[in-house]
Amino acid sequence: MNGFFDLPSDLQHSYLGLVGLHLREALIPVLAGLIVSLPVAQLCVRFRWIYPPVLGITTVLYAIPSLAFFVVLIDYFGQSETTVMIPLALYSLVVLVPAIVDGVRSVPPETLAAAEAMGLGAVRRYFQVQLPIAVPAIIAGLRVATVSSISLVSVGMLIGNQGALGNMLYDAQTYHRPALAVNSVLTIAVLGILADAVLVLVRILLTPWMPRKGATR
Amino acid sequence: MIRIDSVTKRYPDGTVAVDRLSLEIPDRAITVLVGPSGCGKTTTLRMINRMVEPSEGSILLDGTDIRQQPVNTLRRSMGYVIQNAGLFQHRTILDNIATVPRLLGTPKKEARARAAELMERVGLDSALAKRYPYQLSGGQQQRVGVARALAADPPVLLMDEPFSAVDPVVRKGLQDELLRIQDELGKTIVFVTHDIDEAIKLGTMVAVLRTGGRLAQFAPPADLLSAPADAFVEDFLGADRGIRRLSFFPSADLELQTAPIVGVDADADKLAARADAPYLLVTDLDGRPLGWGEPDRLTAGSVEREHLLDFGRPFVPGDDSLRTALDGAVLSPTGWAVAVDGDGRAVGVVSQQVIGEAIRAAHRRVARNTEVNAAR
Repeated sequence: MNGFFDLPSDLQHSYLGLVGLHLREALIPVLAGLIVSLPVAQLCVRFRWIYPPVLGITTVLYAIPSLAFFVVLIDYFGQSETTVMIPLALYSLVVLVPAIVDGVRSVPPETLAAAEAMGLGAVRRYFQVQLPIAVPAIIAGLRVATVSSISLVSVGMLIGNQGALGNMLYDAQTYHRPALAVNSVLTIAVLGILADAVLVLVRILLTPWMPRKGATR
Repeated sequence: MIRIDSVTKRYPDGTVAVDRLSLEIPDRAITVLVGPSGCGKTTTLRMINRMVEPSEGSILLDGTDIRQQPVNTLRRSMGYVIQNAGLFQHRTILDNIATVPRLLGTPKKEARARAAELMERVGLDSALAKRYPYQLSGGQQQRVGVARALAADPPVLLMDEPFSAVDPVVRKGLQDELLRIQDELGKTIVFVTHDIDEAIKLGTMVAVLRTGGRLAQFAPPADLLSAPADAFVEDFLGADRGIRRLSFFPSADLELQTAPIVGVDADADKLAARADAPYLLVTDLDGRPLGWGEPDRLTAGSVEREHLLDFGRPFVPGDDSLRTALDGAVLSPTGWAVAVDGDGRAVGVVSQQVIGEAIRAAHRRVARNTEVNAAR
């Protein structure tokens, strides 16, 4: 009884169940952030003048404490996963938007000129040239956003059992079981490292065209 | 034919990049736009495929305004080669070359087969097909750039300083390759460069532009060298204009002498028979030149090679120009140039005086032709 991976019943999940929940609550916001960032970043590339205000907005969003978000969002979504994930998605923008903008801008001007001269329209240029060449920069951004999202999910425990692995921290106090806290922290750290490794692997698979040297930046 | 009809490009800030430029670009020939930076040569090129839209004037392709067809259709019908190649770094060499055929709807397999064929045409090893651009040297990348431009077999090729970023040796190779490919394919090529020597070497017609985008002169390279329109063109052509012009005079008519050529095994009689020549050209047993020697200092039967004088650089009559012949003559301390056949065997020698006479004759011929043309 009370082994390292045995969890109090009020968590309503097995250990692996919590891991799955944690990943879901951490990754969906990053994915949503990416979906929002791509068009926003493209607008910033197309119309340079919107980039500074966009950067300002994402930075301000990042500066708002998640608790403040929860207070507002609970009115609409209750004490739910959605309430936890919305701030996380907004936080990811501060990393993803500049990463994608930099990536798209890193396409050499002569490559773009050649693409235009060969008769690739703006849409083709974006999907066939700019986006693929921006992949390394985008994944670099995703790595930061993912790892930070995985650690930030825990804060969901503040609104009642929505912090996935973070909920174990609360129970550790309530039941005087410090092992639960250790477990929570270690598991979150391992998840972060694994997710990061997966992204590096994806990058390597997606970019066989990158010089080997400096491949793991 | 591409006709540029009093085209002006004015930017919103008032800068005039191209000023009322008119040019008739001949078919199946290389037309070079050359000039200092800021002369609007690249702008002019980019107006031909509508990457830049003229503020005034029009550009006609075979009599039709280029604005009549959709812009991407127009661009796909014109190959484009750019400085630093501008390859798609995320695609293999083969897929880079296949870009335009794929856009035009050619099936992947067919487009790749065509790409492989083009790699051969531009002198690329087929082993490079599956590589990525970063694995190639600058010169190889530029060849890929040329192959990519040729892939859809467009009638027109636009080249924007394509060879400026590579070292001189590689550049010369690429230029020779372009001339060879042009011989085979006969494209209408518009070539932009700031290098007047490149313009003279490649151009069938050369348009010299001056700062502010005005045309200074439009003429075949030989005419440019012999009769620059004004001080600007003359200054831009630089020194050695006369010597460089000799590249356009053939060496085929040079009167060669064979008497001063002796084999390394020549006996005393042979040497004595030629004692009146100031120098004798000694060849090896295959007839390849070894060097010059004074007749009285040559030993019959066994010539000491280390005492021979340098024979400069031999020229091939017919292939090489009077410039090469003259160069050979002034390089050798004897003042004589050596003519060789394709295998490097000496076929004759010619003195500076004879070459000088040939140059004067060539000038007279050109002058006569000009008069005849003027009379028409």
